[in-house]
Amino acid sequence: MAQGVLVVVEQRNGAIRKVSWEVLSEGKRLADQLGQEMAAVLVGGDGISSHAEALGQWGAKKVFVAEHSELGQYRTNPYTRVVVDVAKMMEPRIILMGASSTGKDLAPRVAARLGVGMLSDCVAFELQDGTLVGRRPMYAGKLYAYVACKAIPQIATARPNVLSKMEPDPSAKAEVVKVSVQLEDSDLIAKVLELKEEASGRPDLTEAEIIVSGGRGMKGPENYAMLETLADLLGGTVGASRAAVDAGWRPQSDQVGQTGKVVTPNLYIACGISGSIQHLAGMGTSKVIVAINKDPDAPIFQKADYGVVDDLFKVVPPLIEEVKKLKAE
Amino acid sequence: MEIVALMKQVPDTETQIKVNAQGTWIVEDDIKWIMNPYCEFGVEEALRTKEKHGGTVTIVSIGPARAVEAIRTALAMGADKAVHVDDAALVGTTDSLGKARVLAKVLESIPFDVIFAGKQAIDDDMAQTGAAVAELLGIPQLTFVNGLEWLDARTVKVNRQVEGGSQIIQCSLPALITCQKGLNEPRYASLPGIMKAKKKPLDTKNLAALGLDPAQVGKAGDTTEILKVELPPARKAGKIVEGETPEEKASKLAALLREEAKVI
Ligand SMILES: Cc1cc2nc3c(=O)[nH]c(=O)nc-3n(C[C@H](O)[C@H](O)[C@H](O)COP(=O)(O)OP(=O)(O)OC[C@H]3O[C@@H](n4cnc5c(N)ncnc54)[C@H](O)[C@@H]3O)c2cc1C
Repeated sequence: MAQGVLVVVEQRNGAIRKVSWEVLSEGKRLADQLGQEMAAVLVGGDGISSHAEALGQWGAKKVFVAEHSELGQYRTNPYTRVVVDVAKMMEPRIILMGASSTGKDLAPRVAARLGVGMLSDCVAFELQDGTLVGRRPMYAGKLYAYVACKAIPQIATARPNVLSKMEPDPSAKAEVVKVSVQLEDSDLIAKVLELKEEASGRPDLTEAEIIVSGGRGMKGPENYAMLETLADLLGGTVGASRAAVDAGWRPQSDQVGQTGKVVTPNLYIACGISGSIQHLAGMGTSKVIVAINKDPDAPIFQKADYGVVDDLFKVVPPLIEEVKKLKAE
Repeated sequence: MEIVALMKQVPDTETQIKVNAQGTWIVEDDIKWIMNPYCEFGVEEALRTKEKHGGTVTIVSIGPARAVEAIRTALAMGADKAVHVDDAALVGTTDSLGKARVLAKVLESIPFDVIFAGKQAIDDDMAQTGAAVAELLGIPQLTFVNGLEWLDARTVKVNRQVEGGSQIIQCSLPALITCQKGLNEPRYASLPGIMKAKKKPLDTKNLAALGLDPAQVGKAGDTTEILKVELPPARKAGKIVEGETPEEKASKLAALLREEAKVI
């Protein structure tokens, strides 16, 4: 009978990604509630197995490791094969992954190969008589649905930055099971030529805890330097509205919103952004929202926890000075 | 080249969502329906592919009778023909795998070299259908693509958005590509296009015609189930930070973020 929770751990360039800690923590909670165990599967290139034992600190009893020179970069088909092989070997009740660019690509492919449905991009989970129920936003966050998986394994992806992380137990170790990787030619048709990383060194919007975002009110690309200064002081990153991206002031990858990225930081500071429904769709679930806008009637103020009605060019520079002072304390 | 664009009709982005009395689904009256914005990028890329390599663009869509409007829009943009799957057994299904099975079945009966789809539909926001269709057809998928270049008529090189960067992937056809903003600027349907669209072939099929069992791919066969829906909790009205000068407001804001919200 299907038993336990399997978490698909995500790595990039050999480093485990933050969303995996969140998903492992949730996987452990669900496994405990079921009175069953959690296992993890780690797929990567040469050397990836060095991380395996430490996943025990996050509650994995067993870690399936697939190490192969073709698996260094995420690729749909080879990763699907490995995860499906492990799922068939272990027969888990539940399979969890992060709703990252990797998890969103991999999970539906794995689910379709196993012939089961899945829950995308959940923000919370619960068990009802052993059935996984995910709470997930629909209609760009205008509706929440509680959705159950009918078949086993129950597969779900979890939105990054939402689930709480547990305290790892430094003494716990996992049993490591090496998985032999047998790829077929058909798995290797799509080739990753390159992984281009943005040079800013700032965290990605989807993973950032603090985002300073600028819209049409920024007036031009040069003025984003001030938002970058503030973001760097706070250890955060810079976002933009579609208006700013369409004007060519910021790259597409900075866009927050329905047709941009969905973000869930602890703090979102919206500078010169009116708060259109499509923008709110991307940042409406931020924990704390600050709006700086000179128009007191801007819709963003209805969503903001703290609003400053003023010219952003007069507010952001002294705000930078205040944050510097606080950080120096 | 045989080019297919999968397309879904969805409620307009600005639609105000209302929950039905039972709390099980939304009220669908008074909704303005549009082509899923991500599918627009897919239709546009299909048309550009035809402009480059020649061939035929076929639109494939599942939906009730009203979906014909979105299909006609795609034909008016320049697609050549369409297959519309409309069956009472599909009404109310919220299952991506079931829909993917239907789409894959259609695709088994028409030739294709490349399939374009939206990265997700803006109603259920699941981002599953493209990948599931690719799996069922046994072809590679390239998802969340925001840049595309043809190396030759059988090889595509794409830019796939990932956290903090992009993957550059090369793939030979057949393949399925899910599209997102940044890839192209979808064209508007021209007036002559709209006139021509009325005469273009639109083949409406039900599940029986496709040889599919409604008990398996229709609502009855759903692999997931919506137990209930609710509106998000309203954010409580925030504080307006008062002050005589911008400096004073900035100082108060910083203090509030540190001491009250505890986020900096
Ligand atoms: C299908 C679709 C998808 C979309 N997807 C997205 C998306 O993903 N993300 C997104 O953001 N938008 C999206 N949009 C666009 C969205 O509808 C808005 O047009 C856009 O968000 C507006 O950006 P903005 O707030 O920066 O600009 P505006 O609405 O022009 O607002 C600028 C604000 O700046 C303020 N301002 C100006 N000068 C100053 C100053 N000196 N100091 C302080 N405040 C100032 C103004 O008062 C105003 O409120 C989408 C639209 C559609 C139709």
